Amino acid sequence: MKGVLATDKRGVRELGAEDLVGWDEVTQGIVLNSFDLEVENPALVPPEERPYSDFNSYTATVASWRVIKPVFNRDICIDCQNCWVWCPDTSIISRDKQMLGIDYDHCKGCGVCVEVCPTNPKSLLMFAEAEEPEEALAQWPEKKKKEKK
Amino acid sequence: MAEKMDLQSTEVWDGNYAAAQALRQAQVDVVAAYPITPSTPIVENYGAFVANGYIDGEFVMVESEHAAMSGCVGAAAAGGRVATATSSQGFALMVEVLYQASGMRLPIVLTVVNRALASPLNVRGDHGDMYLGRDSGWIQLDAFNAQEAYDLTLMAFKIGEDINVRLPVMVHQDGFITSHTAQNVHPLTDDEAYAFVGDYKPVDEMLDFSRPVTYGAQTEEDWHFEHKAKQHRALMDSYVVIDRVFEEFEKETGRKYKRLETYMMEDAEVAIIALGTTVETTILAAKQLREEEGIKAGVVAPRTFRPFPFNEIRETLAGIKSVAALDRSCPMGAMGTLYNEVSGALASIPADQRPLMTNFIYGLGGRDFSIKEAKRIFREQKANADVGYITTPLQQFSGLRGPKLGFYEAKRS
Repeated sequence: MKGVLATDKRGVRELGAEDLVGWDEVTQGIVLNSFDLEVENPALVPPEERPYSDFNSYTATVASWRVIKPVFNRDICIDCQNCWVWCPDTSIISRDKQMLGIDYDHCKGCGVCVEVCPTNPKSLLMFAEAEEPEEALAQWPEKKKKEKK
Repeated sequence: MAEKMDLQSTEVWDGNYAAAQALRQAQVDVVAAYPITPSTPIVENYGAFVANGYIDGEFVMVESEHAAMSGCVGAAAAGGRVATATSSQGFALMVEVLYQASGMRLPIVLTVVNRALASPLNVRGDHGDMYLGRDSGWIQLDAFNAQEAYDLTLMAFKIGEDINVRLPVMVHQDGFITSHTAQNVHPLTDDEAYAFVGDYKPVDEMLDFSRPVTYGAQTEEDWHFEHKAKQHRALMDSYVVIDRVFEEFEKETGRKYKRLETYMMEDAEVAIIALGTTVETTILAAKQLREEEGIKAGVVAPRTFRPFPFNEIRETLAGIKSVAALDRSCPMGAMGTLYNEVSGALASIPADQRPLMTNFIYGLGGRDFSIKEAKRIFREQKANADVGYITTPLQQFSGLRGPKLGFYEAKRS
């Protein structure tokens, strides 16, 4: 997952750490540019290669808003992309339909990805924010057996 | 391609049809509208123009005025020329989104046919809705008849869309008195009108995918104030472009507009300041009084309610002996808006040049305002001027049944 996060490329700012400028320097209509440069077909350029401006939240972290976090288990994941589709904050990192992990700079810990994960056991589970990933993976539950009717 | 319409040099149009024709000639990209009395015919006629092939743009029927203005905000942010129409309760429902449009600096044109605000429910004209928009950050142009409704609607696009303005513009006309009274209107041809308005030049349009932008950002105490101040500055400075567009329009049509219209003020001793169709009534009253009684009466009328013509009012009213400010909206617990704002402007001139200022609340819910009543108000100003002090309560009600209602007395020592 190295190289696909803002953290890897240029670091992130805490939200609200922008330089405070006067009324004569703020943008007209509070319109915020996502990029510092024009980009042709930005949809075809991976996020880590786009010239995001400081106005874009890509380079700002909101990790402190989170109290619980999803942990990803590569061994169980089937790369169905359900979590990528449903994440409300585009915090699931996937390339070429392969799940890479969680963008912890922007994930708010809502748990939607866990809810929509179809594997047994789930390949994403919520843990306390302070839990180390290795410890979380060590506590992963076993496959549940179907209940006999 | 939209069909062109053959127009006579003189057409018989009411204010609504005049406004609808101006919207058609400006070739608006998106009209999102929810019809309401008395502005319904603007939307209805525009819909007919669309159905008959006179318009290339989109016409979006929505479920409320809040949705209408929201649709306009979206279409304007996407990068189109956008307009709609409303009145009264519909205007009230739009208010939240009016502030969004101006804050995002989207040059939407809103034709407002002024109507009273409930309760009690009333479909007739007064200025309650116009006053409700006064802090919304829009430029507010006021038409006194159908010709002006047409002219100002065309000019509204050119003013709001100017790169140095980029603000939404309301064009007000009085419900029924202007909107439903057919008058002679001299339109431009379709080609002349479009050439005058010009092609729309989008700014920060969301449909430019190579330069993605965010509209509607949240700002708290660290940013909000600066953005609002910048917006206020843009509205305050918009008079430069308004004056230029008025001049260009005069060159094109011979019809002259000023941010503060003045009639017979050159030698006036007393004056009425008013908005809307009342201006024409008071002009007739002033002419008659000059002929019949020798009273040097004049009339002053803001063409731009916002930006308020502060300097022009000071220059015009300095030295006038007595002025009545007429407010067609119930001020509910204060002096009328026009009275307050004109008095505010006059507070910064030397005391010996300051007119005696009184306030009349009149014409609510479409109550008729007659030439006779305007003459009575002028005579009262003349009486004040002659004795040198205000002889009546500062705020009076004109045309109200029941015991005389008035508030506040002038302090003479």
